[in-house]
Amino acid sequence: MSENGNGKKELVEIFVDGQPVKVLPGINAIEAAKVAGKEIPHYCYHPKLSVVGNCRMCLMEMGTPMRDRETGEPILEEDGSQKIGWIPKPVIGCSTNVSPGMHIKTESDLVKDCREGVMEFLLVNHPLDCPICDQAGECSLQEYAMDYGRGYSRYEERKNVKPKRTRLGPRVTLDDERCVLCSRCIRFGQEIADQDVLGFVDRGSFSTLTCHPNKELDHNYSLNTVDICPVGALTSTDFRFKMRVWFLKESPSICTESSIGANTTVWSREGTIHRITPRRNDAVNDTWMTDSGRELFNQVAADTRLTSFQIGGNSADATASIEEATGLLSKGKTAVVASCHQSVEEQFITRKIADHLNSSVYIARHLGKGDGLLLSEDRTPNTRGALLNGLTDNLPTEDLSSLAEKIDSEKVDTLLVCREDLTRVGLSEAQLEKVKLVLLDTQTSATASHADVQLPALTVFEKNGTFVNLNFRLQKFSQAVPGPAGLLPDTLILSKILSTLTGESFPDSPATIWKSLSQSNSNFKGIDFSSIPTDGIQLEKSAFDHIDFPEKQSLKYSPAAITG
Amino acid sequence: MPGKTKVLERKPLSLAERTYLPQIATGLKTTLSNLFEKKVTREYPEQPPPIPDGYRGVPTLVKDPNGREKCVSCQLCEFVCPPKAIRISPGELDETGETAHVEKGPEEFEINMLRCIYCGLCQEVCPEEAIWLQNVYSLSGYTREEFVNNKEKLYEMGGTLPDSHFKWDKKKSAENEGNPHH
Amino acid sequence: MELWQEILLKTGFALGVISVVMGIAAYSVLAERKVSSWIQGRVGPNRTTLPIIGAIPFIGPFLTRLGLFQPMADGLKFLFKEEPVPGHVNKLYYNLAPVVAMVPALTTMVILPFGQIKDSATGVVTPLILANVDVGVLFLFAVSSLGVYGIVLGAWASNNKYSFMGGIRSSAQMISYELTLGLAVLPVLMWANPPGSEGGLSLVNVVNAQGTLWTAIWQPISALLFLVAIFAETNRAPFDMPESETDLVGGFHTEYGAFKFGMFFVAEYAHIVIGSAVFVLLFLGGWHIFPGVADPWPAGYIGAVLSTATFLGKTCCLIFFFIWIRWTLPRFRYDQVMHLGWVILLPIAIANLILNIAIIAVWDKFNG
Repeated sequence: MSENGNGKKELVEIFVDGQPVKVLPGINAIEAAKVAGKEIPHYCYHPKLSVVGNCRMCLMEMGTPMRDRETGEPILEEDGSQKIGWIPKPVIGCSTNVSPGMHIKTESDLVKDCREGVMEFLLVNHPLDCPICDQAGECSLQEYAMDYGRGYSRYEERKNVKPKRTRLGPRVTLDDERCVLCSRCIRFGQEIADQDVLGFVDRGSFSTLTCHPNKELDHNYSLNTVDICPVGALTSTDFRFKMRVWFLKESPSICTESSIGANTTVWSREGTIHRITPRRNDAVNDTWMTDSGRELFNQVAADTRLTSFQIGGNSADATASIEEATGLLSKGKTAVVASCHQSVEEQFITRKIADHLNSSVYIARHLGKGDGLLLSEDRTPNTRGALLNGLTDNLPTEDLSSLAEKIDSEKVDTLLVCREDLTRVGLSEAQLEKVKLVLLDTQTSATASHADVQLPALTVFEKNGTFVNLNFRLQKFSQAVPGPAGLLPDTLILSKILSTLTGESFPDSPATIWKSLSQSNSNFKGIDFSSIPTDGIQLEKSAFDHIDFPEKQSLKYSPAAITG
Repeated sequence: MPGKTKVLERKPLSLAERTYLPQIATGLKTTLSNLFEKKVTREYPEQPPPIPDGYRGVPTLVKDPNGREKCVSCQLCEFVCPPKAIRISPGELDETGETAHVEKGPEEFEINMLRCIYCGLCQEVCPEEAIWLQNVYSLSGYTREEFVNNKEKLYEMGGTLPDSHFKWDKKKSAENEGNPHH
Repeated sequence: MELWQEILLKTGFALGVISVVMGIAAYSVLAERKVSSWIQGRVGPNRTTLPIIGAIPFIGPFLTRLGLFQPMADGLKFLFKEEPVPGHVNKLYYNLAPVVAMVPALTTMVILPFGQIKDSATGVVTPLILANVDVGVLFLFAVSSLGVYGIVLGAWASNNKYSFMGGIRSSAQMISYELTLGLAVLPVLMWANPPGSEGGLSLVNVVNAQGTLWTAIWQPISALLFLVAIFAETNRAPFDMPESETDLVGGFHTEYGAFKFGMFFVAEYAHIVIGSAVFVLLFLGGWHIFPGVADPWPAGYIGAVLSTATFLGKTCCLIFFFIWIRWTLPRFRYDQVMHLGWVILLPIAIANLILNIAIIAVWDKFNG
């Protein structure tokens, strides 16, 4: 490995099936072939786990340029080209790292023969129960059997029987007959989740994946084993037998569980979300996410969901409700409670509303215990967004006692509350009783029962927008499912309030809001909503170095050394 | 090509032919004889038409000779159905039941016959040979709901398929006797 | 008999005749459907049934299969159907036309004798007829030709080019074949009224003259001409120009539906019934059962019924012939209809008349 002046690694040239391709040094042949647009099938190799090489699916031919042992001079063919020293037997691609001038063959007869043989062995004891298997449709075994298998079975003996529907933990069910013994799940437990409970027992074709006796696969990352299982052996107990994956629409989203902002894919069919899986982003969450984050979609259809506009507890028309809210806000001595659960755009409009009303903004923070991996201490997705939007110039406060005091001293008699249950952040119901309350939220709460105007909001799965994660990475989430009938996007509601207050029209969709946002806020200068890539944009964070953020070390985050 | 044109001489019509009456008489004779011929009409509801092999009638669900429902709700038919007439709610089978080894079965299975185009793709795609387009060809009803065949109706129409695969029975016997995990 | 009794009796007769003729017309619709389906190897109407009669074992199902209840269903259907009146029609004439078509069809039947009654005591023979007028045949032709006004009126009032074409064709066709019709019947009347007799144009007279020999047998040309002309006059296939579906959609009744269409329909079949009856009276010996056998029935009511039955039987046979022809021959082209009428039938009819006049003249000369 050599480095040039910029500290960037120099690319090395290798040859994949004769085609020259420049790749990063040190990557293995599977990744290198991917760069060349070739697929080397593999089961046990996972880019974020260690290489073990036990599935043998990635067998390929490999050769290096021959050199004279004594002089070191390249040995040439008769026609003057470099002579390649091919290794006589196939090697595995996952543990073969690239070297300059290396040749690999991914499509030779030998390679095809090897793959066919490996597929045949893997399928010898496979139960062939694809019709009932949840992995069907996203199963490497299915795909490779079609692409590289021989298409028929020569096996006539009785197949091995292994345990089915074994409960590995509260969220994972194991079907051992489908297991191809790739050991990804075992390595995940050892290397990532730090809970080494899975392992193989027995020998030969009786090798069986099993859990340590009296222990369970119960850590908060257990469902990642289901994601990385290349076959249908590990299944999510929650998603098991619910819906075939080929029906599901994939929408890129962002996990709102904590300020990590794990990239996710939301899988939905006809307006119903069926599961959430992590989406690879090497700068944020690699390919993992928490189990708890996957359950957040339950809020969409929760019984506690606010589904109607209400004035004084009675259902009302959306327009009338917004009018009423605007009237209350413009008349009283108003304070605005913003939230770190709001998207960047919503916070931007909230800021504008507060500016127009000349009212102070209060933000509460929600902390929890971090796990040092992908669950951070700050349990809101967009604290950095609030900072960047200028909703607050320091960290949000633990509780809103200062607001409570102002209510008691009657300096505030009207509240605009966004995505916050005030009773949990230091206000009493008696205090809420005193003020006129306009609430924009998704779920019922003690605060909602006191709301004079209730504006139902959409969840992260039902709208478009952006969050800024703990590393000041601006990330976009897309609408996965339509919101409940009659509900409006938060940006639209806030924008209508603002435009009614000011009498000037204001953009109401994330794309149009961003035009205004990127012009008026130097933090977001030059950013266009539609051009935010799926893996996000790293924003400049040096302006906030002085803040002592609550997050501790996690997978991709280290707390900055506090200056001064 | 004037050289190749062959002019056919037309026989002059006789007087009788020109009166046209003998021809009318012949025609009348023909129709009269037809009057007494055997009627070819099939009187439909009483005389149903013979259904040829491979006829694609109303799709139905079948059970195997042991009375087990064959469908495992893999939803391939739902996927392949061009007019999206099929709707399946998959479910897990009772873990203690007779068919626990199959694990999965349809909780509800609906075929909307107002959408169905009788293409037979569902039958073709079914890995369990559970859905068959049989010889029911006549549907009628007063409401749209009547045309949505639910699981119960589908099994009632489908009956039993006398096949000899016993795929899942073999699996069960292997589970009980063969190559056990030790 | 008092006058009021006479009026009552005649009214009763008239109603009876109308219902019989209309009944036959209705059932000839059924016959048309049945015969056409049999000819085409089909079954025809066989479903319509009545609650009580249909439930009688054997007879009920048999009648149902014959389609005997079908005309009732058809009639009721016509009665109860919604009656849309197109916006572009002339309302008054549009509504009037079916009536105008119907009235002549019903009126002509008053001069039709349908049997005779022999008083067993006196031996006086009285023809069964509503109005035994001297001008009989003349009245018949005069009134039945009025039927075309209904068609033309309906066609014109419909304000539709297809209807209009149908009406035009109908009137042209009627006029063309009226000539042949009249000329074909003249020899018959001449023979039936030898010098010195007082028969006039009454149909009773014509029938009585056929006691020994039917006109059709010794006047085949007249019979043929008359038959063809009757087909044309009644707008039957192969002369159904006014409603030829292939080129005129529905012809003159394109814009008609429900009961108004039903009246056109029934009028058409009434025309057929009356046309058949007239042909039977003029050429097929009326109520004389066989050629040479002149009314063998005993005196009294039984004889009257039998003679009427004979007449009706013959009429029905002729109606069947009408239907039979329709399902055998294709429709003429319009120019062919005109050609046939003017260039072929009319000269033959004139020639036939002259021939008969000559024969009668010679006959009179030598038998004088």
